[in-house]
Amino acid sequence: MAYQIVVCGSLVPDPLQTLEPVSTPNGPGLKNETMLPSVLDPWAACALYEAAHLAESVAGSKVYLVSLGPKAKLQQLMMSVAQKVPFELVAVDGSASGFTDAALVAEALAGAIQSIPGLDKNNLLVFGGCASASRDAGVTLQLVCERLGIRDFFMGVDEFKVNADGSFSVLERMEGGCYQTSTCKGAPAVIGWATGSLPEPPNNPRVGMANMRLVMPALMKAKPAPQIGVGGIAYAAAEVPAQKRDTRVVKDMSTDDIAKEIVEWLGK
Amino acid sequence: MNLIVLLHTQTDGSLPKAAFEAVTAAKQLNTPFAVGILGANAKAACDQLADAGATAYYAAEGDALAQPRYATDVAAAVALVKAAGADVVVAPQTLRFARALPGAAYRIGAAVDTHVGSLTAEGDALRVQRWFYRQRILGSFTRSARPWVLLVDAGIFEPFTAGAGAANATVVDAGITAEDERTTVTGVQAPSADGQTIRPDAKLLFVAGAGWTKKQGDGNMHLDEAAATITGFLAKSGASLGSSKSLVDMPEAAKVFSFMSHMNQVGQTGSTPRHPKGLATCCHGEEPHVVGWRFINERRAVNTDPNCGWAQGKADVVYVADAFEVMAKVNALMGQ
Ligand SMILES: Cc1cc2nc3c(=O)[nH]c(=O)nc-3n(C[C@H](O)[C@H](O)[C@H](O)COP(=O)(O)OP(=O)(O)OC[C@H]3O[C@@H](n4cnc5c(N)ncnc54)[C@H](O)[C@@H]3O)c2cc1C
Repeated sequence: MAYQIVVCGSLVPDPLQTLEPVSTPNGPGLKNETMLPSVLDPWAACALYEAAHLAESVAGSKVYLVSLGPKAKLQQLMMSVAQKVPFELVAVDGSASGFTDAALVAEALAGAIQSIPGLDKNNLLVFGGCASASRDAGVTLQLVCERLGIRDFFMGVDEFKVNADGSFSVLERMEGGCYQTSTCKGAPAVIGWATGSLPEPPNNPRVGMANMRLVMPALMKAKPAPQIGVGGIAYAAAEVPAQKRDTRVVKDMSTDDIAKEIVEWLGK
Repeated sequence: MNLIVLLHTQTDGSLPKAAFEAVTAAKQLNTPFAVGILGANAKAACDQLADAGATAYYAAEGDALAQPRYATDVAAAVALVKAAGADVVVAPQTLRFARALPGAAYRIGAAVDTHVGSLTAEGDALRVQRWFYRQRILGSFTRSARPWVLLVDAGIFEPFTAGAGAANATVVDAGITAEDERTTVTGVQAPSADGQTIRPDAKLLFVAGAGWTKKQGDGNMHLDEAAATITGFLAKSGASLGSSKSLVDMPEAAKVFSFMSHMNQVGQTGSTPRHPKGLATCCHGEEPHVVGWRFINERRAVNTDPNCGWAQGKADVVYVADAFEVMAKVNALMGQ
């Protein structure tokens, strides 16, 4: 059975950037937020690569990337993401801030998914990261799942395998380094990916060209979502607590003495 | 405020440690609360909390709830909250609840916040602290909307010490339908014996970075020696093993370092474990890694590079030394 695989994934600040909170009329934000270099949210990126891999192995399947973010930044992001794997972009133009309420984001994403022409829920797999690098709540996908009336959701997934009878099996992360193994009768389902098992694909200019033909019109059509904001959250503070330590850099100690000091410290 | 502490049992019917911590989180709000438990033997588990001072106990159990599964857990959570008429739900941030409670919140029209790190009552209002941007920014907020579902991170509140008794829990029908059982949980895949290196209760996080796989002073890699040194230390210290992304992504390492996987990765796209101490070896201490150390209090590192990230105010002590030599010596000392 061919799948329609919808990946929900947006942009987050490049993790190498230093983030400084500022207050804005709409709640907390980041200093120079519009200028910060961004990347595709890392776990959503894993979900996108897994989606492309699945689509390749199940003939007739297609991948959509549903992305909510400021249009100009999405356009920049697509310059790199579109080179990776084939997908059709569905863009929603709104805030990608980590301080927004997941409920508002989920409503916009579910609406965008439902507006995909020819969407057939019986073949639908919604993928995304198990948590974002911005809000880091791990909530949005379940809310999308409920809004779409889907009953099967999996969290922290590292493996998704389609079985001969159309059912699929998943490995979900559990506490203590274990996996829970489950089998689901089939689509529709929502999958919150952890790392999965695929490396980041190399840039492929041919894929990039094909994607970009659809990316630009998708960005032009991006529905504005001005309602995305802090919603019902009343923030009192957003701050970076002091964390710089006074590091003692030990340069001239013998290996024996270092080992002794470490063992003593461990025993304390 | 009409509060319920929502908990689940484990597949053997016992309550996880995080459940007792959530009871403490609720008790310190100084307001009456009910207890609701779902899962295998939930009614008997209520008895374990009989002296927690709850006003009422509710349980949802049965075969369909014996295994953690989204649809059935959502149905049971909704039924328990409704039975108690609660408008505030405090629950532990276990993986089972992290998966299911946001969906349950949606069905009861509730707001939901996860990874709650601090929860205080100010009259009828509740103030929450949680981290944003992967432990980079700490936010503090309230919500006036009710119902409100709050998942409290593990390791923050002291576990409530329970005295058993008879809780006389009311058994609630979760109203599970065949549609809720499209998924069958087939089991648990535990890591191989030498792969059981993630130990959430350990005093020490021991991080092995990609340096263990790099060519050393003699121009060669020493993968087998590295593996033996690391596993030797884990056995002696009982530490939990963390790793950097660079190391777990490396195909060569996957073969020799069979005791680690992506699940050991600490940082931006890995875990943020809680341990009192952390020792990083052959790991540079780049920001995307170090954000995973937010809840490690005392930090030391062994690195040949005096300018590594750890030396930039990210560790308390950096030993500029060869970790192969230092850890071999540490193992020898600990073996005595
Ligand atoms: C989107 C994104 C997400 C990321 N997420 C994560 C994440 O979750 N976790 C993570 O860890 N990284 C993450 N990274 C990668 C991160 O930026 C670093 O590249 C990574 O942490 C480096 O790993 P490392 O320090 O082990 O390796 P390296 O940078 O290769 O450092 C190896 C270190 O070993 C030292 N060394 C070598 N030999 C010895 C010896 N004999 N004794 C002592 N020291 C020695 C070297 O001096 C060096 O400091 C992410 C990056 C991006 C872009």
